[in-house]
Amino acid sequence: MAYVLRRFVAMAVTIALVSVVAFILIQLPPGDYISSYVAAREAAGDDEVSQGEIDSMVREFGLDKPVHMQYLRWIGRIVTKGDFGRSFAYRRSINELIWERFVLTAVVGLSALVITYLVGVPLGIYSSLRQYSVSDFALTTVGYVGLATPNFLLAILLMYLGFKYFGASVGGLFDAKYMESPWTLAKIVNMLGHLWVPAIVLGTAGTAGIIRVTRGMMLDELRKQYVVTARAKGLSERSLIFKYPVRIALNPIVATIGWQLTAIVSGAPIVAMVLSLPTTGPLMINALLLQDMYLAGTFILLLCTFTVVGTFISDVLLAMLDPRIRLGAERDGG
Amino acid sequence: MAADTAARGRPAAAAEQDRAEEWYVASQYRLMWRRLTRHRLAIFGGVVLAVLYLVAIFCEFVAPYDPSTKNTDLLTAPPQRIHFFGQGSFSPRPFVYAYTVAEDPVTWRKVYADDPETRFPIRWFVRGEEYRFWGLFKTRAHLFGVDDGYVFLLGTDTLGRDVFSRIMYGTRISLSIGLIGVALSFILGLTIGGVSGYFGGFADAVVQRSIDFLRSLPVLPVWMALAAALPANWPTIRVYFGITVIVSLIGWTGLARVVRSKLLSLRHEDFVMAAVVAGAHSGKIISRHLIPGFLSYVIVSLTLAVPNMILSETALSFLGLGLRPPVVSWGVLLSEAQNLHAIALAPWLLLPGLFIIVAVLAFSFVGDGLRDAADPYAN
Repeated sequence: MAYVLRRFVAMAVTIALVSVVAFILIQLPPGDYISSYVAAREAAGDDEVSQGEIDSMVREFGLDKPVHMQYLRWIGRIVTKGDFGRSFAYRRSINELIWERFVLTAVVGLSALVITYLVGVPLGIYSSLRQYSVSDFALTTVGYVGLATPNFLLAILLMYLGFKYFGASVGGLFDAKYMESPWTLAKIVNMLGHLWVPAIVLGTAGTAGIIRVTRGMMLDELRKQYVVTARAKGLSERSLIFKYPVRIALNPIVATIGWQLTAIVSGAPIVAMVLSLPTTGPLMINALLLQDMYLAGTFILLLCTFTVVGTFISDVLLAMLDPRIRLGAERDGG
Repeated sequence: MAADTAARGRPAAAAEQDRAEEWYVASQYRLMWRRLTRHRLAIFGGVVLAVLYLVAIFCEFVAPYDPSTKNTDLLTAPPQRIHFFGQGSFSPRPFVYAYTVAEDPVTWRKVYADDPETRFPIRWFVRGEEYRFWGLFKTRAHLFGVDDGYVFLLGTDTLGRDVFSRIMYGTRISLSIGLIGVALSFILGLTIGGVSGYFGGFADAVVQRSIDFLRSLPVLPVWMALAAALPANWPTIRVYFGITVIVSLIGWTGLARVVRSKLLSLRHEDFVMAAVVAGAHSGKIISRHLIPGFLSYVIVSLTLAVPNMILSETALSFLGLGLRPPVVSWGVLLSEAQNLHAIALAPWLLLPGLFIIVAVLAFSFVGDGLRDAADPYAN
């Protein structure tokens, strides 16, 4: 319990630091949104933007205050009211903009996670039971290639194959007619039809990793004495494998679920960009390019928080499953 | 007969004994090398890497054309196949057929087909477009090419530029970013990890917490934010170094951890104590006694870090946040194949991706082989 508490405090501190870093990151680009906005207006042949208009924009976004005050204002509103501020480019509240996109991101991420484990774990176990067989070799190769392929490349490839052999565009999450419609059962069914592509693309690297880890863990366990003992006592092979080695081998794999999730979240924007998914990714990239600082900052902050919370969950799970970590930590911490 | 075998058996046994003795007296690196050469995948990966880096060094020579030469009458032409047989006869010199260009009456797209009448024989060491080799001297020598006509082994892109030549030039940028990035991570990781592991205490705590913090950040979004912060008006060479710094900014943490844990376990060894008693100062102990002890681990983690660097440069450039044209890297090339329209018309624009996968795989094989070889307990 003390361990969980300590990890929790560490997590809170990390998130606080992350918010500072996120704010610094969005302040980094030279120039700011307003000057590029003014330049764009002038380039478009608009009349000169009046000083009064600029002033009111500056005041509206609190840009006249010193940087640390801007930060406090920004973070204060997030903590007290859950208000992430307003987007420059969309002239709307960020909360409105990102809510649906975050839900969709979570849906895509979770399906990728499910695929990762549903495919990775059985294949890993299978591979370990048939070590050095043709199928083991094939799976190892697939694992290597899966880890070496950047997932945006996989996305492009799937898109190309889908186009060539099914004549269908596999991009997006909905058909065009559902794009703007309210949520209905039909829309959800339509989404499930599209979901598999991003889920596979995002899950591949993770699946390859899981196959490798599961195989390694299983091979370690299978060589242990208790397996030999159980076999000598005449236990059937099936219950022998699934009752002991699998359970032990899976401990760390289940426990690192948070890390898997963060890896998926981190890789998601670029895939979303390629497959033109209505998730947070494309919005974030645009916000970064346009220096729409509060919007970009919100994404960075939320993604980082996601990662940190995922790591926290993993650490706690690991400690629960493996007393060595718990006890070791308490001994270190005094 | 029997005497004969005995005579032949003697030196064989002696050689065996020599080998065994050699094994006992061999240095650590000799043993590592031996184990490495037995790892077939690692050797294969090493050969692939050697070829790729040769291409990177001599890309002007290997590429038949300049990466920005446009052939306006041959836009998005498909790859030409190399032929040895044509019209029933064997030709010892490989050749490609010229294209015949027709226009699709509906889509107005150009349709390319082989023209069996016109052959362009491929020759080694031809004189082609003039270029400055490493910016030093002018030459027209190319590894291969055709005397008149054209050769586009991997087709042309939407502006009629030779995809093969562009990939060759991209190799230089993409692979060197990996190396320079790793060199930077190496310096950072060795210094910071070294300080942390050797001095321990407060310095160690600070370094460890910062590493934990850096590792808790989602890599790609942070990189994207940093890359977006590079000013758009920077000259390309500065952007190149900016990107390299960005990708190595997180890479060093893994190395620092390896260095620290090895130092922590080594610094209580007797030989270090002996050096301290003999009056050696910290810097000397670190460089003379400690670093050789864990250098092999460092090399392994460096090799395994390069593919990550290559992949991140590719991802950033692909998004338009990294290197930008006219610089040619694999990521920049792939960004031209971003939309379905482009790939449906010209699937060969995806070929740079194949090079990325091959390079990353080769690095992983070599890294895995090195890891096995560096482990003194493996046999």
